[in-house]
Amino acid sequence: MDYHSPASFAEASALAANATGITRFLAGGTDVLVQLRSELVTPDTLIDIKKIDGVSDIISNADGSWTIGVAATGAEMSEHSELGRDWPGVVEAMDLIGSTQVQGRATLTGNLCNGSPAADSVPAMVAAGVTVTVTGPSGDREVAVEEIPTGPGKTSLSKGELVSAVHIPARGEDGGDAYLRFIPRTEMDIAVVGVGVNLRLDGDTVAEARVSLGAVAPTVLLVEDCAKAIIGSTLDDAALDALAAAASAACNPIDDKRGTIAFRTEVAGVLAKRAAKIAYARAKGEQA
Amino acid sequence: MSKFHVSTTVNGDSVEYLCDPRETLLDCLRDKLNLTGAKEGCGTGDCGACSVSVDGRLVCSCLMLGVETDGKQIETVEGIADGDVLHPLQQKFIEHAALQCGICTPGILVAAKSLLEKNPNPTEEETRYWLAGNLCRCTGYDKIIRAVMETAEELREAS
Repeated sequence: MDYHSPASFAEASALAANATGITRFLAGGTDVLVQLRSELVTPDTLIDIKKIDGVSDIISNADGSWTIGVAATGAEMSEHSELGRDWPGVVEAMDLIGSTQVQGRATLTGNLCNGSPAADSVPAMVAAGVTVTVTGPSGDREVAVEEIPTGPGKTSLSKGELVSAVHIPARGEDGGDAYLRFIPRTEMDIAVVGVGVNLRLDGDTVAEARVSLGAVAPTVLLVEDCAKAIIGSTLDDAALDALAAAASAACNPIDDKRGTIAFRTEVAGVLAKRAAKIAYARAKGEQA
Repeated sequence: MSKFHVSTTVNGDSVEYLCDPRETLLDCLRDKLNLTGAKEGCGTGDCGACSVSVDGRLVCSCLMLGVETDGKQIETVEGIADGDVLHPLQQKFIEHAALQCGICTPGILVAAKSLLEKNPNPTEEETRYWLAGNLCRCTGYDKIIRAVMETAEELREAS
């Protein structure tokens, strides 16, 4: 295994483009090292991106948006109180991943590029409208988070491409987000169902919404029917029931020991309602 | 296979070693530096027996490569006591019999020390969540939690 620690994303991209065999980028390493050890994936080339300037930065931009470095850890995000005030759903989703020790290493970008349908931070990012910069041999492009995963363990990134920054939009007024997941234990498990909701209010009425589901399909889903079910409503019982029905209808889950198809489908609706209520309360400034 | 030269600081001492890029920090600590306090329980970041702190951040040393630690400050369980004088956490673990087989203990001591440095007055719930990544199959955790809570109290009174 060749190990490289390039000083720029362009150099990282060139290394990957010219490498033969299996290439992995190393950010926090909480998935890559597990795969290495279990011999699931033994890279021929390992490219550590943590020596690139600014990769651990969490930057508040002048327009209210946020730029999160690809090596910024979950712990660093949780400790950033302003980020948590703007995007509590995204920060809490990241914070649900693993232990204190894992939080000290794990990153949003790693969680995304690992390609797990059950990745906790991904539905929250999709709901929030997060985009990433992808650096490749032909330059940079901006890609919506929902367009990165293409199936379990697979992404739309081509050879030589890597995520070089994460962009969270400006929170703006009267908005709120939330992420909830179901696991059979109280801590440290992989989502059986995850739901991210992000909305903006006009008075008491939902003016904009994005709803995303995790662990109920081969990729994280952005479900437009869920958003339609609550846009224009005051999140009354009828709208919540329509939201739950739309969430359940979007599910295409697997059946396994951690959750059956029927269970995951039902719970997706229940969690969508609860997450929407939290996001609504946050948008009203009633709940932190 | 080319080896990498790594210069780092472990428990305040400058150390250097050569490592294969596949070797984890845990491998390097145990096999090159003979610091065998950190244990390999699972090797996949689930059990916390290999916990160390790197630049003040609690991590699993099995989930970090040795080559990644160049220029970093590493603290392990071997650096917790001051010579022959045990750290208050170590003393309380003995008083409360907060260990049986002892495999998880170095990781739990490092993790608990890291908690008390960040939060000198944790609630029991915060303590349990902080230590949720440190598995113990002997004690049932209550004695560990009591030892940490009591150490926190004593350190607060002493300061």
